Amino acid sequence: MNNIKFEPTVVAFCCHYCAYAAADLAGSSRLQYPPNVRIIRTPCTGRLEIDYFMKAFENGADGVLVAGCEEGSCHFKEGNLLAKRRVTYTRNLLSEAGLEAERLRMVNVSAASAQKFAEIVWDMVETVRKLGPARLKNLTAKPG
Amino acid sequence: MIVAERKSIPELLEILKGHHRILVLGCGTCVTVCLAGGEREVSIIASALRIASRVQGLGFEIDELVIERQCDNIFIEQAAEAIRKCDAVLSLGCGAGVQAIAERYPQKPVYAGLDTAFLGILEERGIWTEKCAACGSCVLHKYGGICPVTRCAKHLLNGPCGGSREDRCEVRSDRPCAWQLIYTRLKGIGQLDKLKQIEPPKNWGSSLSGGPRVIVREDHRI
Repeated sequence: MNNIKFEPTVVAFCCHYCAYAAADLAGSSRLQYPPNVRIIRTPCTGRLEIDYFMKAFENGADGVLVAGCEEGSCHFKEGNLLAKRRVTYTRNLLSEAGLEAERLRMVNVSAASAQKFAEIVWDMVETVRKLGPARLKNLTAKPG
Repeated sequence: MIVAERKSIPELLEILKGHHRILVLGCGTCVTVCLAGGEREVSIIASALRIASRVQGLGFEIDELVIERQCDNIFIEQAAEAIRKCDAVLSLGCGAGVQAIAERYPQKPVYAGLDTAFLGILEERGIWTEKCAACGSCVLHKYGGICPVTRCAKHLLNGPCGGSREDRCEVRSDRPCAWQLIYTRLKGIGQLDKLKQIEPPKNWGSSLSGGPRVIVREDHRI
């Protein structure tokens, strides 16, 4: 088992108006980025709640990327700034729980920044690979 | 409303160590409004505890439930089955809620997951401020609706201490001087003459200084 190379799973919440389009453009432009990333399109990163990040980890993500518009360019004015605060809160919460805060990252990518998006994904996957598996799979919530 | 904030995860882990099946029990009233112990916070804290348990090998099994009001037996009943199944309850209610659950289930360990802070209001998004000290004999009618017992750091009842700078409290510069607020308010409503009346020493017997308080309404008893 130990000889099998660890391939991290990274969940990327991507804003419809920027990072998702950048990911799409990266694909159209045939830019390579690791297949470890699982992209979830969101209408705005401001829609994301702390619980979404926690549940992503609980359900087996080794890393979570939150990709919103460049600061000042949010389609809904300040959704990305709300997301930034929630990511900061969640990183502290993860640290308190004993999980590395580096596993959760907020980035800002414009719709035209396909190359930047690909580089961010490479960097995130390599960061999580170095941290090792989060080993949280099958931590399913049980109803009371 | 009662305002509270969550304890840190390491503190909760210390409180809960030794237990296996834990019910994180939220409350749908005050602590939901102050974003400390409602459905969302129960889910987040339960997730954090599960993650901590896995990372640190603590062997927790975490259940979640939220009831309408933890300080009311009628609603506590709705948690009976979940409480029966667990080894311990981590209540995300206020201090009254925690004690109401503990009294109802004498054989079950019940722990506070929140630090209950004060009676206050949502001043602006993400900021709650203290407004009432529950002193037991309200004086708001004398001060234009601004409480010097709660909002003056020195609880002064007969005018300002003289230490305020601009309109800021000298004890906490991020808070306004209550006496400045009282003066402005009384002036605005044409009741400045009220400040000429000397307020005698307050009877603190009706506050917590007189021991735990009880209100009995004979007309409502059966």
